[in-house]
Amino acid sequence: MNSLIVISILAIVVLYLGLFKAKSALLPVTVIGLLGALVLAIMEWNSGASAIYSGMMLFDNFAVAFSSLTIVSTILILLLSKGYFEKISDNVAEYYTIILFALVGIIVMVSYHNLTMLFVGLEIMSVSLYILAGIKKRDFASNEAALKYFLMGAFSTGFLLFGIALIYGASHSFDMSVIAQYVIDRPTPSAIDPMFYVGIILMIVGLSFKIGAAPFHFWTPDVYEGSPTLITTFMSTVVKTAGFAAFLRLFAMCFAPLAEFWMPTLLVITILTLFIGNITALYQSNFKRMLAFSSISHAGYMLFAIVALGSTSINSVFVYASAYSLASIIAFGVLIIVKDQTGGENFDSFNGLSKKNPFLAFVLTIAMLSLAGIPLTAGFIGKFFMFSTALQQYHTWLIVLAIVNAMIGIFYYFRVIVSMYFKDAEGKELITPGYFQLVLSLSAVATIILGIYPSLITNLF
Amino acid sequence: MNLLIVLFFPLLGSIVCLLNKNYAKQTALISSLITLVYSLVLLAHFQADASRQFVVDFAWIPQLGINFKAGIDGISMIMVLLTTGLVPLIILSGFSREFKNSSALFALILFMQSGLLVVFTALDAFLFYVGWEAALIPIYFICAIWGGADRIRVNMKFFIYTFAGSLFMLLGIIYLHLQTPGNTYDIDAFYSLNLDVITQGWLFWCFFLAFAIKMPIFPFHTWQPDTYTEAPTMGTMLLAGIMLKMGIYGVIRWLIPIVPLGFMQWKELAIILSIIGIVYASIIAFTQKDIKRLVAYSSIAHVGLIAAGVFAWNAAGVQGAMIQMLNHGINVIGLFFIMDIIINRLQTREIASMGGIAKVAPKFAIAFLIIILGTVALPLTNGFIGEFLLLNGIYQYEMWFSAVAGLTIIFGAVYMLRMYKNVMQGQLNELTATFKDIRGSEVVVLSIICTLIIVIGVYPQPILHISEAAVNGLISQVNNKLAF
Repeated sequence: MNSLIVISILAIVVLYLGLFKAKSALLPVTVIGLLGALVLAIMEWNSGASAIYSGMMLFDNFAVAFSSLTIVSTILILLLSKGYFEKISDNVAEYYTIILFALVGIIVMVSYHNLTMLFVGLEIMSVSLYILAGIKKRDFASNEAALKYFLMGAFSTGFLLFGIALIYGASHSFDMSVIAQYVIDRPTPSAIDPMFYVGIILMIVGLSFKIGAAPFHFWTPDVYEGSPTLITTFMSTVVKTAGFAAFLRLFAMCFAPLAEFWMPTLLVITILTLFIGNITALYQSNFKRMLAFSSISHAGYMLFAIVALGSTSINSVFVYASAYSLASIIAFGVLIIVKDQTGGENFDSFNGLSKKNPFLAFVLTIAMLSLAGIPLTAGFIGKFFMFSTALQQYHTWLIVLAIVNAMIGIFYYFRVIVSMYFKDAEGKELITPGYFQLVLSLSAVATIILGIYPSLITNLF
Repeated sequence: MNLLIVLFFPLLGSIVCLLNKNYAKQTALISSLITLVYSLVLLAHFQADASRQFVVDFAWIPQLGINFKAGIDGISMIMVLLTTGLVPLIILSGFSREFKNSSALFALILFMQSGLLVVFTALDAFLFYVGWEAALIPIYFICAIWGGADRIRVNMKFFIYTFAGSLFMLLGIIYLHLQTPGNTYDIDAFYSLNLDVITQGWLFWCFFLAFAIKMPIFPFHTWQPDTYTEAPTMGTMLLAGIMLKMGIYGVIRWLIPIVPLGFMQWKELAIILSIIGIVYASIIAFTQKDIKRLVAYSSIAHVGLIAAGVFAWNAAGVQGAMIQMLNHGINVIGLFFIMDIIINRLQTREIASMGGIAKVAPKFAIAFLIIILGTVALPLTNGFIGEFLLLNGIYQYEMWFSAVAGLTIIFGAVYMLRMYKNVMQGQLNELTATFKDIRGSEVVVLSIICTLIIVIGVYPQPILHISEAAVNGLISQVNNKLAF
């Protein structure tokens, strides 16, 4: 709870700093403020919280864990932003402010205990993101991204809201414990109002839009490609994590007993997401677009935890999201440097990186191995948890399909490794700015440590 | 704790290699020799009974039931000796060559050694899997960075193949884990499971795919000749000498004892595939004009025989496989080193353009001949005892299989000796006239290999003794489980 307040105030403080032209203070103040929020969030761990504000929000361990994860990822991304926003805009303070507001929405999304709060949190986050996507005012692609994102987002919010309304109609409440009780009180499927079922489906559609699951993924590649790379990083890590947390929280708390009803739908969505994400990623020659499609396929893997909802689901999503966020931050971070200094974002731009800058090549290799799910990296532990969770519910065929997809994944993740190590290119050496070096090495070390000793974060739940 | 030293000393050496760039190969050699000495210390303390020794066991990821559990019995001991013994030879074989960025190369080799040793000693399925993959990543980079012209495509194929296999194994491992009481990955818990026939049937395939691709068994072998040919010599030696034994070891340690009923269903097919591989690879080797490809195919044939012996699953077959894995490792490393010397000096792989080398390089000719004789299993060389036991084992299962498999020895002798004749004897030509005899580190490596070939050939008993009790124990354990 306290972290939410701190971040909200921080956002306003940063706006004022911008007003008084204190540009150099923006980053330090934001980072220190977020670290404070992180500490406050962690202090609420195991405090046995109960729902507050008339049952609107609940800061349980789930909320604390996902708030902390999103705050840490945001800090890492902001550290990469030194000098980045100045290049693309004059109004730097607004960036920080809007990102912080998005984070406020995200923290609401991971701690809601009432469907209205889910909606409010989602909207706070989304509206901030529409602005962020289009913040390069004079760039055509950025405008396109913002517009597409806005239209699709508004559309999906409509579905979500409709779903919430139908569920309210059946259960007469927005409160999640009341809804959960409604389901538990009616052990026979026919006793539940049909409206309720329609509501669940509509909410699945709405939430699938937000996490970019197929067949509701069409906005992802264009938006990811058009937005400024740092914003893309933010969207594909923090926002995605938040979306999954919200999805999982809803289904684990309210709809778990009805798994037989919604599981087939979600299973189809999962399989489609896996295949569409992976196969399309295979055909990309643009690294950023490849990451966008691969993020769709990772959404597919993360959906395993919801398809096979059980005691280990929360843990799995948390581990997977951490691993995925770390690796994505590295990948996008390296992409920013490469694009900045070679001018391209295609795979060819990475040719010979191992000679031009061995450090960048090495950390990016770790990130790619992690995304591909190779042991001794965090990504493997994430996949391992997902596979275990799915197998607990005997979804053996789902795992077989996932294996096929993991193999497809190898092709495109290794393409960049091949470019970096096995192809030569002319060009000068690349320079790594200090902050990048810090963030990239921190993330790479964390990826390896979590890969070797995952107990650090797997003991949480 | 001795075991941990053996397992992770190479890793330490790998880091030192990276830091100590100017003396990378010396560092790597010293590190691998120290590892060898430690493993010999283990051997000295080792009791050749069926028990597990030097067991280390501590919690790793407790909430998933994952332990870091490793130990050595007779079967593992042979594999550990194979790894620790061959890696110094492999490193030494690279001494006379220049590699760009050599510190990374030697660091990767040592890193891989750690992975291999973990595979051969792991008693926890998760640990086994991690070691399995940890050995794959470095060899991919070794082959893809320092390999030949077509290395990128070939290694991608290799990686996808083996990774696919191992993911199916992962599926099997997680499934078994969920069946164990108390959800653990401990090998003993896996051993004591009694699953129904259908489940064991598909679990067999999960593991079999991983192991068959690694060995490789026909028809999963298509990655192998290309990869061997394009890889740098040290990479080929690691692949053929040690890494493919991971597959055979996996069959002995994990596949058959865990799903014996599944194994019994598919036993016949597994043996037939192995034998088809022997014949098929021999025929192709027979027609090869490329000297390195010839050896690559001959390796498929030899491994097919080892696999058939294991799948026959009797004391002679498995014991034969154990000693033959060691011998094949020694011989194949010798052969690929010979190939490397020839190719490096002549800059061609074409057999037709060679000839008469024995006249200008007598020491080289002797070493080559001894290694060839070991490979074709002449009595009193190391290959003989292994192949004899293997054929004996297969014979006990089915005489005709043994007869067909026995062809491999004749075939092998024919194409190997014919290659020797074409390369070493006959007329000198312009290319081969300037062939320089072996010297320096080459002499050291080849004389160690030749000595091993003859010593093991004359007196194999100590090696057979190491694994005998463990093999018999494992076979009777499986028989008890089948009887139950």
